[in-house]
Amino acid sequence: MSTGTRAPGPTEKQTVPARVPRPRPPAGRLRHSAVVAGLLVALAAAVLASLALGSVRIPPGQVIDALTGRAGPSPYRTIVLDVRLPRVLLGVVVGAGLAVVGAVLQALVRNRLADPFLLGISSGASAGAVLVLVVGIGGGVTTTLALPAGAFAGALASLVLVYGLARRGGTMTGPRLVLAGVAVSYVLSALTTLILAAAGRPEHFREALYWSLGGLGSARWDTLVLPAAVLVLGLGLLLALARPLDLLLVGEEDATALGLDTARFRAAVFVLVSLVTAVMVAASGAVGFIGLMAPHAARLAVGAPHRRLLPVAALGGAVALVLADLGARTLIAPQDLPVGVLTALIGGPFFLWLMRRRPEGAPL
Amino acid sequence: MTELRLEGLAYEDRLRSVDLTVRPGETVGLIGPNGSGKTTLLRCVYGTLAPTGGRALLDGDDLRALGPKARARRVATVPQDTGTDFELTVRELVALGRSPHKRFWEGDTAPDREHADAALARVGLTGFADRPYPTLSGGERQRALVARALVQDPALLVLDEPTNHLDIRHQLDVLALVRALGTTNLLALHDLNLAGAYCDRIYVLERGRVVTGGTPAEVLTPALLDAVYGVDAEVVPHPRTGSPTVVYLHGPAGGQEASTM
Repeated sequence: MSTGTRAPGPTEKQTVPARVPRPRPPAGRLRHSAVVAGLLVALAAAVLASLALGSVRIPPGQVIDALTGRAGPSPYRTIVLDVRLPRVLLGVVVGAGLAVVGAVLQALVRNRLADPFLLGISSGASAGAVLVLVVGIGGGVTTTLALPAGAFAGALASLVLVYGLARRGGTMTGPRLVLAGVAVSYVLSALTTLILAAAGRPEHFREALYWSLGGLGSARWDTLVLPAAVLVLGLGLLLALARPLDLLLVGEEDATALGLDTARFRAAVFVLVSLVTAVMVAASGAVGFIGLMAPHAARLAVGAPHRRLLPVAALGGAVALVLADLGARTLIAPQDLPVGVLTALIGGPFFLWLMRRRPEGAPL
Repeated sequence: MTELRLEGLAYEDRLRSVDLTVRPGETVGLIGPNGSGKTTLLRCVYGTLAPTGGRALLDGDDLRALGPKARARRVATVPQDTGTDFELTVRELVALGRSPHKRFWEGDTAPDREHADAALARVGLTGFADRPYPTLSGGERQRALVARALVQDPALLVLDEPTNHLDIRHQLDVLALVRALGTTNLLALHDLNLAGAYCDRIYVLERGRVVTGGTPAEVLTPALLDAVYGVDAEVVPHPRTGSPTVVYLHGPAGGQEASTM
């Protein structure tokens, strides 16, 4: 570039350098395919371990026989296929779903501290689901849809509320967002407990614990279908929206200047993440922190662009929740801990570490 | 080449019925004190504010009616630096400038990355492509944002204080680059001497209105600087380049309320 004063016209000869050999991927990032492959192996290992371990230990060989259909009818086969496998698969689906939701929420509010649990969306979904449960809308078979529908209404309402509270008066700051999320989350959790208690349900404390901390114990083959379908559709749609999601990372103003109808896009993604969160919560209660940790780890590994980030976050979330559930089933066996207890034990400190470790110049 | 015409453009009480024309291929500067409405005017042009009155016409098309994507194919902006919490690399950030030319589900292709690399070379950031954007200095960020505007292939370039964080060499570089692009340019500038040297014409804003407009020599006068900025200054043509050069006279401005409130 010339440093001349008023040299008008295209007299500048640009010195376009010879093609610099591009290090792919950029320094500090791992190759995407290698990360995906590694995570798939880790997931397979975690799933196998979860199928083998528990109150009854099943040798890995027998697990594989049961999975491949080579085993004849036996108690092991029943345990593996009818008890543990649906639960493990629900862990895969919910872990992946929450991680994807977390990654997208973080882009949506431009803050790494966002997570469906911390922002009160999961609590909203729980409250909505419990309301449906207690009022008994569409009893019987339709609960498989009525429950997620109630959760969806609750999730969307709490997300809009938290976002509105955090944004009041113009700009949204991290502390405001998290405070609004935590406050709304507390109120909704209390509401959930209150609804269950007021309805005089005999097991209401247990139920309240499940809805506010989560658990995969209710998994059955037939309750697995909806979450799996929503995960596949949601992840597919969000991958297709990778470019506009990337645009959100540079801020509302820039995104608009780069041609994104920011308000409409954000509203649409709000609905989508509420839906995914709601279906996950309806199947497993409000499991926290997966949506915080998995996307962050994924970003460290493959960077922020969503086309690479979302699959890696999903796999990471799946591995994390499957392992957490394995811990929840085995740590104080035969007691079944709410899995949210374990994710919070790890996630809380992680949150604090994230808060301290923000990049230079980044808003909290 | 593209012409921008503002007809009675207004935004609440911050911008009051501004008429302004940027002719094809011109570089037009906006000057004025803080809060005079420069940024508001620019935001109405690049579309992040909806004017409350009047129109902004790009070759006769109302920019409002174009919709964000069609507008972004023709108008690019270099915003005042916005920090980001997320570690996009510089190349990834610059390649986002291709977005208005692509379907939303399309990823970056090899030509996109080459486009980005060429733009980075033009702003002198070769070798920064794989660095995380947040690790760049203020000046480097600003040049990366200029590169992002370049890959947008705009007809009209709108720049809000493009020299804000830059050292003097990069200020000159960026302004020379902008002039060399062949685009029609509208830029808000604080530095009156840079405005005088690099702009074909200058408009002066004060409290949301255009006070005057014309060539640098017509606009940059001691009387105007006193009236709009409340400063005592002399304006002399530069002995070698001939562009009007403002020299501020220090000390209490004659009779103005400069030192006491």
